Order: sequence, then C-alpha cells, then structure tokens
Amino acid sequence: MSQRRLLLVRLLVLLTLGSGLWYLGWRWLYSVNWPNWWIAVPLVLAETYALVDAFLFGTTMWRSRRRPDPPPAEADQSVDVLITTYNEPVEIVAATARAALAIRHPHTTWILDDGDRPQLRQLADQLGAGYLTRGEEWTGRPRHAKAGNLNNALFATDGEFLLVLDADQIPDPAILDRTLGYFTDSAVALVQTPQWFSNVTDSDPLGSQAPLFYGPIQEGKDGWNAAFFCGSNAVLRREALMQLGVVGYVRQVRTAVREALRAAEKVVARARRDADRHGPSAVTALAEVAEVVRQAQRSLAAGEEVATVTYRFQRAVTEAGRRVVGEDLERIRADLVEIGAVAHEGAQPLAVDEELGLPVVDEAALERLSDQDWSPLGALQSVSALVRAVDVDRAEEAQPVLPLATISVTEDMATCMRLHALGWSSVYHHETLATGLAPEDLRTMLQQRLRWAQGTMQVFLRENPLVQAGLSMGQRLMYFATMWSYLSGFAAVVFIAAPVVYLLFGVLPVNAYGAEFVARFLPYVVLNQLLFLAVGYGVKTWRGHQYSLALFPLWIRACATAFANVAFGRPLGFVVTPKTRQPGGSFPWRLVLPQLVATVLLVVAAVVAAVRLWLGTADSVVGTWVNLAWVCYDLVVLSVIYQAAAYRPADKDVTEEMRT
Amino acid sequence: MEIERTAHGSATVLRCQGRLTMTSASRLREAVDQAVQDGRHRLVADLAETEFVDSSGLGALVSGLKRARQCGGDLRIAAPVEQVRTVLSLTNLDRVLRPYPTVEDATRDW
Repeated sequence: MSQRRLLLVRLLVLLTLGSGLWYLGWRWLYSVNWPNWWIAVPLVLAETYALVDAFLFGTTMWRSRRRPDPPPAEADQSVDVLITTYNEPVEIVAATARAALAIRHPHTTWILDDGDRPQLRQLADQLGAGYLTRGEEWTGRPRHAKAGNLNNALFATDGEFLLVLDADQIPDPAILDRTLGYFTDSAVALVQTPQWFSNVTDSDPLGSQAPLFYGPIQEGKDGWNAAFFCGSNAVLRREALMQLGVVGYVRQVRTAVREALRAAEKVVARARRDADRHGPSAVTALAEVAEVVRQAQRSLAAGEEVATVTYRFQRAVTEAGRRVVGEDLERIRADLVEIGAVAHEGAQPLAVDEELGLPVVDEAALERLSDQDWSPLGALQSVSALVRAVDVDRAEEAQPVLPLATISVTEDMATCMRLHALGWSSVYHHETLATGLAPEDLRTMLQQRLRWAQGTMQVFLRENPLVQAGLSMGQRLMYFATMWSYLSGFAAVVFIAAPVVYLLFGVLPVNAYGAEFVARFLPYVVLNQLLFLAVGYGVKTWRGHQYSLALFPLWIRACATAFANVAFGRPLGFVVTPKTRQPGGSFPWRLVLPQLVATVLLVVAAVVAAVRLWLGTADSVVGTWVNLAWVCYDLVVLSVIYQAAAYRPADKDVTEEMRT
Repeated sequence: MEIERTAHGSATVLRCQGRLTMTSASRLREAVDQAVQDGRHRLVADLAETEFVDSSGLGALVSGLKRARQCGGDLRIAAPVEQVRTVLSLTNLDRVLRPYPTVEDATRDW
C-alpha cells in the first residue's frame, strides 16, 4: 500500500487497539456479571480473543507495503519446475504441464506423479517433460503426501531453484522472469506469488479467493520477513531446502539415538530379569549388550560423533551375538561327534572335515548366523528391535534427509518456519503469475479448509513459533497470528450463544447493557471496521470475515483432531482435496447441521426480542436493541453457509476452457 | 566432479575430486550404489581433493551412509578441506559424521 495509506492504517491500528483496551479493561474490571459466570466468563474470554486477534492483525498491517519490482532474472539461474499430482484428472495435469513447458526462462519441467499412472508417464513423454514417481525405498514406509513427493523429486533433480506448482495451477510464461531476480540476494530462500482461481464467480460463495491474504496480509508478513510459503506458485532455493534437510537429519538422528539407547537400557534390564529361561548364553549376551549400551551412552555424552558411536555399538552387539552362536555351534559339534559314533555310515547330516573327522562350519555360515536377522538375540524381539533403532540410517524413513517438513499436513508452513529459523529470508511478490481451480462444492471446500486448519494447528502444537529458536519477535508473531485465527470457532460459539441466552432467558453476561456499554463498545467496533476498510479498500474482505465465523464447527473440529493427533497419535482423517466436483445434487443439510441449529436459535431469539420491543415488555430497551442487532449480525454472517450449500457451478468443462 | 574408486584393504575409497554440489551429488550416490552392489560395504569418501561441498553434497553423503549401514557396512569421510569442514559444522553434520584426518585413520578399526 502507498505511504499515505500505510500512515492512515497505522493510525487506525493504534486507535483500534487503544479503544479496544479501554473497552476490554472495563469489561474485565467492572462489567463481568459473575453470578452468571457460565456465560459471562466465556463472553469476556471471547472478546479478549478478538482483541488479541486485532492486535496481531494490526501488527501485520503495520509493515504492509508493496515491494518495488525485482531485479531481472539472470540467464544462468537453473530451474526445475515441479508439478505435483496425486489423483487429478490427466487433462488438468496436461494443461499445467503444457503451460509449464512454455515458461520463458530456461528450465526443466517435471511431473511428480504420486498416483503412479501410466497415462501420465506417457503424457510426460509426449510433451517432453520429465516424469518422477516414488521408488522402491518408499514401499512400507511413510509417504508424507505432498512433502514426500517433493522430497523424492529433490534427490532426482539438480536445478538451483525449484518452482512448485499444484497440478491445477497454470503458470504464466513470465513467472520465472518475474521472480528469479529476488534471489540475487543470497539470503532469499523463497518467493511466493498469489494463488488466484479462474473457476470462481464474482460473488464467490465458497470464499475461494483470498484477496486479503494474498495482498495486505502477505505483504504485512513480508514486512517482518515472514512471508509464508503456501505450497504452490512459489520458487524455492534448493540450497536452503537441502540445508534444512541436513540440519533436520542431524537433529533427528541425535535425538532418536539418544532415545533409543535410553529405551534399550530399560528393555535390556527387563530382558535380563527373565534371561534364565533362554539359557546361560542369553544371560551372558544380555549382560554384554547392557554394557555396550552404557558405553554408547557415555561416548555420546562425551560428544563423540553419532555415526562412530552407533557403528561401534552395532559391531559390539553383533559380536555378542556371534559368541552365542559360536558356543551353540560348539555344542552342536560336540553332539554330532557323539551321534556320529552311533549313526549309520554315509548318513552324515553335515559335511565332515576329512582330516579331523569333525563337522565343518565355515566362516561365512558363522557370519550369516550371527548377523542381525538370525542372531540368537533376535529371539529376544524387543531387544533386537531397539538395537536396530540405535543407528544413523533413519531406517523408518525412505529418505534420511527430508528437506520439506513432514510434521504437518501443511508442509508449506512448517517448512517456511524452519527456513526462517535458520536465518533465510522470504519474499511475497504481489502479481498473479498462475491461475488455478478452486473447489466447486461445499463438501470439497470444507475438506480443504479442514486440512489447512488441521495442518496449521499441528505446526502450532509441534513447533510452537513463540518458542522456536532463531525466529525474530516479528516472525514469531506472524506465524502465531495465523494459528490464533484458527481458534475463532470457539469464540464464534460464544458470540452466537450470548445474545440468544439473553433474549430467550434474560440471562445477562454483562452487568449492564446501558449507555456506558454503548459508549465504550461503539468507538472500538467502529474503529475496527474503519481499519478493515482502510486495509481492504478495493478488496473483497467480507467473505473471508463471514467464513471465519460461519465455519465455526469446522474450526473446532480441526483444533480437536489436531490435538488428538499430536498428543495421542490419532489419525486426522485427512483427505486429499479433489479438484473436480463431487457427485450429489441435493442440498447438503448434514454438512451445515450445527449452523442450522444456531440459525434457528438466533431467529427465535430475534422474534422474541422484536415482540417484546413492540409490546413494550422488554426488561431493558437498550439491552434488547443491542442484542437484536447482534443477533441480526450473526444471521447475516451465517447466511453465507447456505449460499455455499446451495451453490451449483455452471455445468461446463473447465479443462476444455483452460486449454483454449 | 571425478570419483575414483580404489581398494584399501577391506575398505573401498571413493576419491572425490572437484566440487560436490547439487549438480554432481547424484554421481556420488551412484558411486556408492555401485560399490555396495559389488559387495563393498566399507566405504571411505576421500575429500582431500574436494574443493567445495554444498547442502546437496552433504545430502548425498548422508544417503550413502544410509545405504552402507543398511548392508551392515559404513561410510566415513576423510581429509575434508577447510570449506568442507565449515559446511559440516554449520549444519552440525560433524556431530554425526566424524571427519577423519586421513583415509588411514578412517579405516583403522576395519
């Protein structure tokens, strides 16, 4: 935004926060109706939530500025264009691949097909694009969805920069010319451009376009060097990602080995307690393993390199197993000699050394019998599993180095935060350089939003930005702001319930809905709206605002499932967002059931209020008017969900349209 | 980048000459794969003549380490130059992989 507008925005930020504090201070100190605490406390908490949200929004807007044009791209900057796909129709991928091949700056185009589809391989061949799918090493190991797809491709390509495109994002031929120049600053790891959807009507009932986000918000985050990576339409520096991968590998391996040793200590101790059952050789072997575990722990604590420690550890454990095998074989040999004396001639079960007349056990057999899989220690399954975990190969993963973060279903945000924590910069370039396809029905849209919200909350719970080392205060707040906004579902429930409870049952959450309330609340809410107007002038922000409240059941579900996932390892129920419409033409009542219940309650409350005002029987005229206005506002906000549910896009072949 | 493979007792030395970067990392991975397929599981990456390593190069070393370990072998690094040591310590990879001063040192306990 321009300098003058930025000054106006900053002034409004200060006034909004000032009036907000003045109002909320009064609310907490003087107007909480404690006898009705069960609604009074949630309401004042929800209002506090909203003020914190306003503070975070204000901080974002404080530095929201348009960047000047970047320097031109340099001819020798090598680029891989990576198109990620899983189950999108071949025509959609084809359209994107054609557009990608037509990008002007020299580059190599790759189709990253997680669906492993022969038609796509054929298509890539025809078009002259590269084709990549997962190799054998991924079988039976976590695939990490899109992050895994990109990580797999990172090790099969070698461009200095990577343009990441979702399967439906048709790039402009100039996309690289317009973005590569930023990388002349060697600290820049990422340039993100907007996501804009071509299949959305002007009224955008599903709220697909995010003009406030791909505009003032990203520009504001950019001002704090915290422009977000949004998974597509972005250029990344390979060196930065690989560094992230190597640093992550080191961190993960050191923790994992330390934990595995600690667990091994316990398991071995337990196994030793009933080792007698397995015979004297097991007792000796376990004693040795216990000693080896202790030695490894001491070496690690002394700062010795993990690879050296684990190598020695594995050798020592194998050695312990080998001694057991040796003893066992010695016994077999002795038994055989005895049996050999009574057995028929020519019925020797084993080859016999001719000179010594003893069975032959060669070195190779001994080696094989005592290696990991066949070692007698293998009989003690819990021990051998843990012993195997004390290594630096990350055997549980297909790739030891995972550049794109896999801690969340929104790998983009998690990766970006780690890049920032390592000291890299990011850029938001405000120019639409790719156009994509938005979901076209409510169910698909809900799935997509749920995934974003769950992913964001996973990052929040696993790598809370407020405590990550390496991030500046501004960056912490920018990440936290997005996470905070996903908590809006809880506040929305309160904002719907409070006026209903007052109008239907006369339960007051506030001491007085009198003149003082109005005098304190009005400036705050008016200034807040003015701030939005100044920020979002010429941009449609209302849809986004509606959805942040109207999707309250979804936000709450996202928070709950993300928590259950991070804390208890429950699955998220994550579904890949289909890019084509799902069948089913009737009004999806079940999808909007909670909102329907809320609407009925609000309407009943509004009717009751109107009747009371008309009959002149309202307890408090001001209070009833305030709550009636509040209920009407809630209803207008909620109405978007019915528009969305009833929305049927014109029946046309989108892919046909895109090709022309 | 040139990779020369020589036997050194029971170990196999991969001498990496030149720059180990995103454009040459795949060559190191292939060399490791080939050695492992030939039954050579004890590998030393001799970095004495490696002028420069980037994060992709480090990634290839880690991939090689994984490959060797999975066959019960090992991959060690020897004689890194100043720049390589700096990159190793910047990424903390020297906390996992010990940079041995010479190939001799790397293979001593094999």
